[in-house]
Amino acid sequence: MADYNILIVEDSPTMRQLISFALKRIRGVRIVEASDGVDGLKKISAEKFDMIFTDINMPVMDGLKLISLVRDEPNHKGVPIVVITTEGAQEDRQRALALGANDYITKPIQPNKILDVAKQLLKLA
Amino acid sequence: MTIEEESGYRGKAEEFLQVFKKGAEFTQDLLRENERLRYRVLELENSLNSATAGSGPDSQSQALIQRISELEQEKKAILDRIQQIEDENQDFANRYVEIEAENNNLANLYIASYQLHSTLDFKEVLQIIMEIVINLIGAEEFALMLLDEKSGDLQAVACEGLDRDEVPPVKLGSGLIGQTLQSGESYFTDDLESYQRDILNPMVCVPLKIKDHVIGVLSIYKLLLQKDQFAQVDYELFTLLAGHAATAIFGARLYSDSERRLSTIQGFLDLLTK
Repeated sequence: MADYNILIVEDSPTMRQLISFALKRIRGVRIVEASDGVDGLKKISAEKFDMIFTDINMPVMDGLKLISLVRDEPNHKGVPIVVITTEGAQEDRQRALALGANDYITKPIQPNKILDVAKQLLKLA
Repeated sequence: MTIEEESGYRGKAEEFLQVFKKGAEFTQDLLRENERLRYRVLELENSLNSATAGSGPDSQSQALIQRISELEQEKKAILDRIQQIEDENQDFANRYVEIEAENNNLANLYIASYQLHSTLDFKEVLQIIMEIVINLIGAEEFALMLLDEKSGDLQAVACEGLDRDEVPPVKLGSGLIGQTLQSGESYFTDDLESYQRDILNPMVCVPLKIKDHVIGVLSIYKLLLQKDQFAQVDYELFTLLAGHAATAIFGARLYSDSERRLSTIQGFLDLLTK
C-alpha cells in the first residue's frame, strides 16, 4: 500500500508525465492521472487522495469547478490542492486560492519546484 | 683513717663509678646517633645527586615544551583535515545541486522525446510540439511552420497566442524565418528584453530538420511573463525539437499517407471483388 496517494488532473500528457516524474522521487508515492475535471472527479469519488495537482484550463470540466466540488466532498475537504497555472493568469490563480486551493505552481514547470511544494504540503520538508 | 671515713670514701667511689658508667653510656648513645646522622646525610647526598643528574626542573620544562609543540602540530593537522573535509563537503553539496539540475534537465528532454514519438497521428504530433514549447520552454506566442513541397513556401500549421492568419507564407531566404529555412541554423535574438514582435523576424527561429533537410521552422515571438532568459536546458530542448519534432512530423505524415493509400487500394480491391 502506498504512503501517499496523489492525483494529477491535467489534459496535457507532457505535463502529466513531467509532474509524475517529479513526484515519484517521494518514497512510497502512488500517482493517479486524470485528463480533465470530470475524469478527476470520478477518481476522487473512487478513492482517497493525499494531494491533488490540477490544471485550470481543461476541456469538459475546468480546474476551478473541480476545486469547488472537491471541497464539497467530505473525504477530500482538507486535502491539499496545488494549481498549475501561468504567471500571467493572476485572476484564475486568485479564484483558485479563494475556492480552497492551497498553493500554485507556474509554467514552465521545474520538477524540483513541484517536489518542494509537494513535500511542504505533505509535511515532509 | 676511721671506719666512718673509710665508708664515706667508699660511697663516693661508688658514686663516681655510677657517674662514670652513665657518662660511658651517654657517650655510646652519642656515637650511635652520630653514626645514624652520618648515614642519613649520605642518603640525602645520594638522592640530591641523582635528582640533579636526571630530572631537574629545567629538563622537565624542556620535556613539557616539547610535548606542547607536538600537541600544537597535532591540533593543526586535525584543523587542516577538518577544513579539508568541510571543503569536500561543500564540493559534494555543489555537485549534488548540479546533478539535481542535470537530472531535471534530462527529465524534460526525456519527456519531450518520449511524447514526440508516442503517436503517429499528425495532429497529435503537432499538439505535443505545442505543449513542449508552452510547458517546457515557456513560450506564450509562437508559430509552427512547415514546408509546402509544392509551393516551396513555409506555411503556419499551428499557432499559440496569435491567429494563423497573422502568419503569412514565407519564402526561402525571406526574413529570419526564410533564412533559417535556407541555412538550417537556429537563430536567437541577442536581447530578449528589448525585442519587439515582428512576425517575419521572431526572437527565436528553430529549423525542424531531418539530417540536412529542413522541413519546417518553429518561430517564437513572446515568452511567458516570468521567463526573462533562456536556460541551458532550453537550448537543449530546441536542439531536441529540431531533430525529433521533424522526424515525428515526417513519420506521422508518412503514416497518414500510407493509411490513405491503403484505404484507397482497399476501396479498389473491394470494387474489383464485388
